[in-house]
Amino acid sequence: MIAVELRKLVRRPRTWVTIGLLTALPTLVAVLLALTDLGPRPGTGPAFLSAVLSDGTLFPLAALGIVLPLFLPIAVAIVAGESVAGEAQGGTLRYLLVRPVGRTRLLVAKLISVIAFVVIAVLVVAGTAYFTGTLLLGDAGADPISVSGTTLSPAEMAQRTALAIGYVMLSMLGVASVALFFSTMTDIPLTAAFGALALLIASTLLLTLDAADALAPYLPTRYWLAFVDLFRDPILWRDVLRGVLQQGIYVAVFLGAAWANFATKDVTS
Amino acid sequence: MITTTGLTKRFGPLLAVDGVDLDVREGDVYGFLGANGSGKTTTVRMLLGLVLATKGEIELLGEPMPRSARWVLPHVGALVEGPGAYGHLSGRSNLALLDAAGPGGDRASRRRRIDTALEQVGLANVGRRPVRAYSLGMHQRLGLAAALLRTPRLLVLDEPTNGLDPQGIREIRELLAELNRQGSTVFLSSHLLAEVEQLCTRVGVLDRGRLVIQEQLSVLQQPTGRTMVRTPDVERARALLDGRSIVRDDHLLVTGTDASALNAELVSGGVRVVELGPERRTLEDVVLAATEADSMSPRSASARGGSA
Repeated sequence: MIAVELRKLVRRPRTWVTIGLLTALPTLVAVLLALTDLGPRPGTGPAFLSAVLSDGTLFPLAALGIVLPLFLPIAVAIVAGESVAGEAQGGTLRYLLVRPVGRTRLLVAKLISVIAFVVIAVLVVAGTAYFTGTLLLGDAGADPISVSGTTLSPAEMAQRTALAIGYVMLSMLGVASVALFFSTMTDIPLTAAFGALALLIASTLLLTLDAADALAPYLPTRYWLAFVDLFRDPILWRDVLRGVLQQGIYVAVFLGAAWANFATKDVTS
Repeated sequence: MITTTGLTKRFGPLLAVDGVDLDVREGDVYGFLGANGSGKTTTVRMLLGLVLATKGEIELLGEPMPRSARWVLPHVGALVEGPGAYGHLSGRSNLALLDAAGPGGDRASRRRRIDTALEQVGLANVGRRPVRAYSLGMHQRLGLAAALLRTPRLLVLDEPTNGLDPQGIREIRELLAELNRQGSTVFLSSHLLAEVEQLCTRVGVLDRGRLVIQEQLSVLQQPTGRTMVRTPDVERARALLDGRSIVRDDHLLVTGTDASALNAELVSGGVRVVELGPERRTLEDVVLAATEADSMSPRSASARGGSA
């Protein structure tokens, strides 16, 4: 069943259109930066974007910073929201279940397929950005400079980039879990996707509100951009670790709820 | 093959299926009849473990459902409320994905099984066209092919001829009869009396969630003990038969089953006989009588408020 789900994901044109669109925006940014040489002043704009003018190899991180707040979560919410509700809407869910595919197994296969999508999307975005970054913005030749101003060895840099990519994937897995839960609740894929997005938008909104400070540590988007801290010298672990813990809890709670709902649900679609 | 005891499903205040005791035997072509909304589809969904029963037991192929779904369902082919397929893939790819998704689908024989199933339902030459471009009838045929993929011992088909033209309906009817001859038990849910009458050996009738009839079709259609006579000389015939006949629509119903004696009596009495033979009830008569009788009983009058 897992192999079947992965085959479905890969053979679906939408998967590749979404990933293509995801890489389009950072690529456009790279082109504009290369043409105008006008970066945001340090400390403003998306993370790493001021640094990439001098060193194109940093562009994968800048690209993740660009797609992370909005585009990546939308793509993940749509794919995960579609996973069960899409089968219900298309009339294929009942045929999978009477094939028979156990409900837990089906849910696990869907989850793995969504994880595969997240991994592919993040890697394609980062990979394309590395390519366009070095091509358009040039390789500084020197060792990259950390956010704190010290230099990092290429080995350190590679290690931290891998950590950052892993952290972004985990954050997206949180989004995927929420969307998957909503996907077991409804037979309309867009409802599930919008449900998850509504939660993220509410979270983003509350984070800007001083009155909601007490809630901040529990909001799902609170630690998303903490991956930038991985490029400080020394690494500022506090928010990263909180982010990992918090996303882990979100994943566990919503996947548990999705399973509890789906395993005992009357499938009337 | 299918046995249920006291099968009941309640959706909130709505009693959709009420104490149904199905008994489908091996080799049957069982016609499961009922008006739209009588609970047929909910019952079928409970048999297959899609909807969980509120009360009651289900046995499929002698195993309890839904507990034994993993062992039972690979031997069951199902078509529930219309087919379902991925529109961007070809029919062949759809069947391959579905077959690979669960147990009991041998990989080495998959290609051959898909070819056979597509041929059986008349889709052998459909090519690589995506399912999105299929007509309604082709969709339906693909759904049937999916049900036939592993030569199931039991076929559970909900409205299998939906969307087919008369020629297609005939083909599917012949296919189901052939599969039955080869040993598959067929459970056919339908609201089309004619379809059931032509194909089925056994009939169950569901009315507002309750099973009001379950009987061999031949028993239901037994002669009634009266003889039907069609004649242009109605008044003369009635006078001759002297109270043994009643007028029904355009014919007479005469007490007694000896058609030849009756014919001789009528003809010698100067009555012209156009047609004469034993009266048989049609399935429609039986079903209407059963559902009307049921709606007049006080028990169902209260249940009716709660069932859609």
